[in-house]
Order: sequence, then C-alpha cells, then structure tokens
Amino acid sequence: MRKSPQLMLAAGLIGLVLTTSSFAEEKAKPAEPNGQDLAFNNKKGNCLACHLMPGVPAAVTSATIGPPLVAMKARFPDKAKLRDQVWDATKINSASAMPPFGKHHILTDKEIDLIVDFVYGL
Amino acid sequence: MKKLLTAFLGASLLFGAVAANATPEQDRQQLLEYYKHKFPNLKFDDYVHGALNFNPDALSQYFSIMEFPPYDSQFDKGRKMWETPFKNGKKYADCFPDGGKNLAGHYPYFDEKLSKVVTYEMAINSCRKANGEDEFEYKDMKTMGLLTAYSRSLSDGMKMSIKVNGPKATEAYEKGKAFFYQRRGQLNFACATCHVQQVGNIIRTEYLSPALGHAAHWPEFRAGEKVTTLQTRYSQCIKNVRAKPFNQGSEEYNDLEYFHSYISNGLPMQTPVFRK
Ligand code: HEC
Ligand code: HEC
Repeated sequence: MRKSPQLMLAAGLIGLVLTTSSFAEEKAKPAEPNGQDLAFNNKKGNCLACHLMPGVPAAVTSATIGPPLVAMKARFPDKAKLRDQVWDATKINSASAMPPFGKHHILTDKEIDLIVDFVYGL
Repeated sequence: MKKLLTAFLGASLLFGAVAANATPEQDRQQLLEYYKHKFPNLKFDDYVHGALNFNPDALSQYFSIMEFPPYDSQFDKGRKMWETPFKNGKKYADCFPDGGKNLAGHYPYFDEKLSKVVTYEMAINSCRKANGEDEFEYKDMKTMGLLTAYSRSLSDGMKMSIKVNGPKATEAYEKGKAFFYQRRGQLNFACATCHVQQVGNIIRTEYLSPALGHAAHWPEFRAGEKVTTLQTRYSQCIKNVRAKPFNQGSEEYNDLEYFHSYISNGLPMQTPVFRK
C-alpha cells in the first residue's frame, strides 16, 4: 500500500509536537484508569464477562449471564442501590453469580466508585 | 458434618437441583431433569460434547477436526508407553481384566479395604508399583496424561458405571458433592454456579457446559496437542475463580471426581477428544 503524503506529513507533525512539548512527559506516565477501563479490565471489574453494554461501541462481548447494562438511571433511581449490587450482589440475591467486588476486596472502594459512576451513565 | 449439611442446604436453595438427604441416584435423576427441562432438544448421549452442543458451528468444526485429530502423534506416544513392557517383561495390560478394555467407566470406585476413592490413574500407579516401576506424578501430562489418553480410549463406548455402595462410599461421594456446590475463591463461585446454574449461558465468548457429561471424555487435547486430564481441568477452573487449587491425586479431588463421574452414569465414554 502507498502511504498518502498528507498522512505522513500529519504523523511527522504529531511526532514533532509530542517530542518537543512537555506534554510528552506527562503522557509517558501511565494514566490513572477511568471507570470504563476498570469495568473492562479482566483483572479488575471484568463486567463484560457477564454483561453486554449495548450503548458502548467499545464493549466487545457476547455475554448472556447478567442483564445488559443499559438505561441504568431509569432502573436504579437510587444510585446507592447500584453500588450495593456491585459491592455484594449476594446480599440482594443469595444465589447470585456476580462476584462480591467490595466484600471480597476484588476492587477498592475508589475503583468501585469509578465503575459505578461509569455504569450509572449507561 | 454440620458444615457439610449447611453446604447442602445452601446448595439446594441455590439451584433447587439437589437435596441434602438424596441418594446418589436421586441426585443424578434430579440433575438430569434439570438439564432436560433447560435443553429439551439435547439428546442424552450428546452430553459428552459439552459446551459444543450450544453452538452448531463449533460442533460441526469439532467433528471435522476429529476426523484428522491434530494430536495423533501425541496419542501414539501414549500407545507406545502402554505397549512397552516393564523391566520385568510384564505389561500394563497384564494388570487389568481383559487387557484394560472396557474398564475406565468403573473408575473412580470406592475401595473398602483402603477406605478411600481409587481413581483410574491410581490403578495405573498401583500397576507400575506392583511391577517394580516408579509411580508417575498425577500432574505430569507427559507420562500420566499421555499414557491414559491412550489407555482410556480402550474403553471408548463403554457406559459410565460408577457405584456408590455402603456408608463409607456414600460419605466420600457426599464430600465430593459438597465440594461441587461450595462457593470458593475471591470470585466466590461454586462449580455448580457455572456448570449447573449458568449452563448454556455465555461467559464473555464461551458457552458454559453442563456437569453431566463432563467426566466421560478424559484426557482431552486442548488447543491441538496439549493433553489435559480431568483433575488438571479442575485446577484450571479453580484458579480462574482465584482460589488455591488442590494437588492432583488429593482426596479432595478424588472425592470430587467420584461425585462428578457418578452423575455421568449411563453415558458412553469417548477418549480422547479435542477442545479449544
Ligand atoms: C460472573 C458474572 C458477573 C460479573 C463478572 C458481573 N456481573 Fe453484574 N450481574 C450478574 C448477574 C448474574 C446479575 C443478575 C442479578 C444477580 O443475580 O445478582 C447481575 C446484575 C447486575 C446489575 C443489576 C442489573 C439490573 O438491572 O438488575 C448491575 C448494575 C451489575 N450486575 C453491574 C455489574 C458491574 C458494574 C460489574 C463489573 C464490575 C458486574 N456487574 C460484573 C453477573 C455478573
Ligand atoms: C467462573 C466459571 C467457572 C467455574 C466456577 C468453574 N468452571 Fe469449569 N469451565 C468453565 C469454562 C468457561 C469452561 C470451558 C467451556 C466449557 O466447556 O464449559 C469450563 C470447562 C470445564 C470442564 C471441561 C469441559 C469439557 O468438556 O472440556 C470441566 C470438567 C470443568 N469445567 C469442571 C469444573 C469444576 C469441577 C469446577 C469446580 C471445581 C468448575 N469447573 C468451576 C467455567 C467455570
């Protein structure tokens, strides 16, 4: 394939900007994961193992175990209830297949808050 | 005992499929009914295909792979091991009735004299010991895995026929059953969460297989040539829920295998099979 000259030019310019500005140094540090990162990461929330997120194009999964996470504000007028579900699903349904993320220290409080904020926006 | 009882009560609340005071045969029937109700079109003999049953494309791919299995050369290594005489000139076949044919479906069994569950792999090791050879490690797939991949194939088509008779055998069976329904690990899953409650559902991209049929097709070759025994698979699933796996050949796993095999009674065995 022949690379378009415009693209190469653009890439060169971006490279120049990145290497000359202090912005590059900031970028080099790994960014703090946001709620979506934590929800997607299979060593953290791994929510996509069990839930579809029909409103999020980046959410690639065929999971059918839990209900699709969509229209969450309508389903959880009380956001604290959503957090309870993530903290310990077995308290709400003793037979739940959802891991108790808070109770079993799978996620920290802060990570749960970030995930809940993200999921609440779905 | 009280702990076991609570585990059963918990389990029956969880899945409605087992009861604390049921006989092994009642357990098996109840599970069978449960799966039948969930999958009315699934034929009994097909349970040996596990999760492939839920994905017709994957099942037909599986059948074409099995026509020219990628693990043939590994399988032949197992055959060679089985046929090579010990230093004393005897062979594995001499240890077993009918040269080891139509045998594996009787394992595990409860040995009253030893007062414990004896697996097929333990019988292989007893045979080696009786003939002056070192025992194999249960987790060593290059020896125990390959040898049994061949030798269990001598029981292809045999119906699983595990027996649980008498109070001690029943106790071992009940321990295995409790293990199966007990939640464990940081992620808090029981075997039954995935292989009873969530059977047929997709976890990310993979269908979950029914426990019925699980024990009837081991060892299997995963990803082409990777020989895997049933207890190796136990460890893989247990690690996935972030719990500590037990040693292969441990009483915990042997009792689990006893229960797990009993519920596949009546299914025709198939060894080895290919899995992803
Ligand atoms: C291994 C399976 C599994 C994983 C992983 C999982 N869930 Fe769930 N989830 C379930 C199941 C099953 C339900 C159905 C209700 C129940 O049984 O608790 C559920 C229900 C929910 C609900 C309630 C939905 C409703 O409409 O009632 C929310 C919210 C939720 N999960 C969020 C999450 C988030 C956020 C994550 C990741 C941090 C997550 N889940 C990870 C299995 C899972
Ligand atoms: C979090 C879910 C989960 C739990 C808990 C779990 N497994 Fe699995 N298991 C899987 C998945 C996924 C597979 C691969 C797909 C399949 O065959 O079901 C699998 C496969 C297996 C297989 C191989 C099936 C085949 O035909 O190749 C066996 C046997 C098995 N599991 C036994 C167990 C036992 C015993 C336990 C408990 C000690 C257990 N599993 C706990 C998810 C789980």
